[in-house]
Amino acid sequence: MAFDSLAAFIAMEGHGPYVWTCYGVFVLLLGGLVYWSLRQRRQVIAAQRRELSRATASGMAASQNAPAASFTRVKVSQD
Amino acid sequence: MWQLFHKLGSPKWFFGIANRLMPWLLLGGVALLFAGLIWGLAFAPQDYLQGNSYRIIFIHVPSAFLAQSVYIMMAVAAAVTLVWRMKLADVFVKSVAPVGAVLTFLALFTGAVWGKPTWGTWWIWDARLTSMLILLFLYFGVIALGAAISDEKSSARAVAVLVLVGVVNIPIIKYSVEWWNTLHQPATFKLTEKPSMPAEMWVPLLLSVLGLYLIFGWFACLRMQTEILIRERRTRWVKELVLAGRS
Repeated sequence: MAFDSLAAFIAMEGHGPYVWTCYGVFVLLLGGLVYWSLRQRRQVIAAQRRELSRATASGMAASQNAPAASFTRVKVSQD
Repeated sequence: MWQLFHKLGSPKWFFGIANRLMPWLLLGGVALLFAGLIWGLAFAPQDYLQGNSYRIIFIHVPSAFLAQSVYIMMAVAAAVTLVWRMKLADVFVKSVAPVGAVLTFLALFTGAVWGKPTWGTWWIWDARLTSMLILLFLYFGVIALGAAISDEKSSARAVAVLVLVGVVNIPIIKYSVEWWNTLHQPATFKLTEKPSMPAEMWVPLLLSVLGLYLIFGWFACLRMQTEILIRERRTRWVKELVLAGRS
């Protein structure tokens, strides 16, 4: 240890506030970036899952309403 | 070689690789950074001139180092975007720009707080400080430009051009401490010489630089995956992945 006691470690001979501010902001910003990035990813996946389930639901509803046979309504996938 | 190149361009392939890499990047990065910071904070000897305030170096140098090297990586990716139209390169540029901005801000902030007890001022229009501020604005510009153009292809091209134009700032940052003799001290690490500090100081510094590098790798993988999920949402593999509920 470069310091004799915990108090000396925190005080850092008067430089404590500067040093600890830097380390605090560093941890806070990087932690915030981790949180933001993970949340963004979760939200993207959740939104796409909702969209997909809505698409399948409306697809099923449409197929129920559609007549059993038809010459005009031919759905061709555009993919 | 070309096969690898094509594979690298495939978002699906990258997604899988990233999934496998990410735990190791995060684990290794956090372990190295933690070791470096604890060592630097509590065990490294005091600086004979600056006292304990120099301990800020263990986060200031890694942040500043990464801030610049992320920009260089973005510039390489931007060149790849322009020459080979590789989609993944543009995904990289857009995904890591916010990370670079945060790192640049951290370098500026920790530098300012370090400057107060050491130079007696928070800020001065020193060449190094000013060029780093320009780097921050470049990152903001990249983020804003990417968000402003909705067409994927024109957005990719515009952002790539901006990134490449801005790369001129990087050598200015690097050599600013040698060309202009102002307040900022010269570089701690040089490729050609041994560091001028004792090993108890530069080893923890090296550890935290490496740790932050790995953590950046984790950020890049995670954020690129998110961007790929958005862009490739119409493809079958993304639909399957989303419905499977994994990751």
